[in-house]
Amino acid sequence: MTAPLSHIAPAERARSTSFNEASARTRLDLLLDAGSLVEFIGPEQREVSPHLEIFGLPEQFDDGIVVGHGRLGGAPVFVAAQEGRFMGGAFGEVHGAKLTGLLRAAREIGSIPVLILLDTGGVRLQEANAGELAIAEIMRAVMEARSAGVKVIGLIGGRSGCYGGGGLIAGCCSALAVSEAGRIAVSGPEVIETNRGVEEFDSRDRALVWRTMGGKHRRLLGAADVFADDTVQDFREAALELIGLIGPFGLDRLKAEQGRLADRLRRFGACQDAVDVWTVEGVAHAETVPELPADQFIALADRIGRSSRDAR
Amino acid sequence: MTLDDILASLFPDGHEVRNDNGVIAGAATLRSGGRILVIGVSDRTALGVDEAIRLSAHVLDSIDRGSGPIVVLVDSDSQRMSKRDELLGLNEFLAHLAKVLIHADMHGRPTIGLLYGHSAAGALLATGLATRVLVGLPGASPAVMDLPSMAKVTKLSMTALEEKAKSTPVFAPGLSNLEQMGAVHMTWSDATSLADQLEALLADMPAARDRRDALGKERGGRPKAADIAERVRDLALQIR
Repeated sequence: MTAPLSHIAPAERARSTSFNEASARTRLDLLLDAGSLVEFIGPEQREVSPHLEIFGLPEQFDDGIVVGHGRLGGAPVFVAAQEGRFMGGAFGEVHGAKLTGLLRAAREIGSIPVLILLDTGGVRLQEANAGELAIAEIMRAVMEARSAGVKVIGLIGGRSGCYGGGGLIAGCCSALAVSEAGRIAVSGPEVIETNRGVEEFDSRDRALVWRTMGGKHRRLLGAADVFADDTVQDFREAALELIGLIGPFGLDRLKAEQGRLADRLRRFGACQDAVDVWTVEGVAHAETVPELPADQFIALADRIGRSSRDAR
Repeated sequence: MTLDDILASLFPDGHEVRNDNGVIAGAATLRSGGRILVIGVSDRTALGVDEAIRLSAHVLDSIDRGSGPIVVLVDSDSQRMSKRDELLGLNEFLAHLAKVLIHADMHGRPTIGLLYGHSAAGALLATGLATRVLVGLPGASPAVMDLPSMAKVTKLSMTALEEKAKSTPVFAPGLSNLEQMGAVHMTWSDATSLADQLEALLADMPAARDRRDALGKERGGRPKAADIAERVRDLALQIR
């Protein structure tokens, strides 16, 4: 006899749900302890972008982001999840302000971690100035929260990746978990190609995009400390693991990050391609990394991947 | 104004600021006798991994050894758009520079950005927008996204975009638009001494708390940001 969907254990549903394909709300529902999500300024309040109308574009009642609180393993957490299917998860005025407000509260409380499910192409062009500034405010709010003892964790594995200012926000987080789909970069492939030509970057070469910006490369490089398989349950476990690992933030972290990044330039600065980077790192048959299944890749990364722990 | 003009007007008592292939680093003496750290990007240079790591190193050295405010001079391109920079994790290098500036500002080294030329996108986030007070000089031309690129993405004609830009500051390039957003706090005059204007600002620095959303509301550029952030904050604080 088949059990009705509601009777399936949440962990089972989370294990069988692709993080990449799920909506922002489904990700949060299955990531948090069952039934614990409470949203702030939900879609019923219809706080839409005041700017999209100028362009005759449809609004969304939550402006493409869910913010709220819930429980993870019994402990309270703040959460924010971008909806990559609405305008590429891009930051606009309202979208960004919700995350800023959440981070400001987290700073005042000091002890509740923040999980940010980044899924974004960066600034929303139709409100570019407001979006750019929202990202600057979020970066400041992340650093103020971290300085007050808050753990801020980025979870990246959505369809829109984590581009533009989203990449800078990711760089401000205490730690990141990333899946293969979690591309992290500043300039997107099309932007590089448009500005510098197809010889510099062929945006239609998907294999090139994935190995240059994708989650496997970011994990081996040490930009992300945990690689998650593409299920919501894997991201849930990654978040729990990272909450347990993150230590206090201070100047020593920034000095260690300076050393970590300078060392990266020394080691890999002359590499032409990600495969060269992985080879220098000591991966045998580096060209096979893109094909490795998640469990084998995680074993490899745990053995020779670099870490940003205590250095970000 | 050129970088040399700006440095001469800011620091009439002399300075030790070098411009090395677009990366500005050094220090100067204020009229009050105190010291000020100077970093920045000049000559519309793109901000890539190699530039960012030198700028963050200069600030970190000064956090250990120096004192006084920090000024960030900005005439940059956007972030460097290249395969190499992205391969090496440009997002981390830009974030690191911003983090170092924010940390310094929060710990007794107030930061001032001085936007005197161009800047855009990730380069602006890692420099001017990571300071406490961002000042514009007449002629500065920041652009989050230029109109031709925006025309391509939005599939609107340049004429239509230019028409829309007249009625809203929210998407169009330019110093005054960013000022209305609350991103640029003030514009200085280039007809009087920059040293006078710098001393006046330093004597009356706003608190470190980020008030840019409130400024954007007062100036009519961002009608909702401050209120939404405040409402979410209030709701989130209730769970204590």
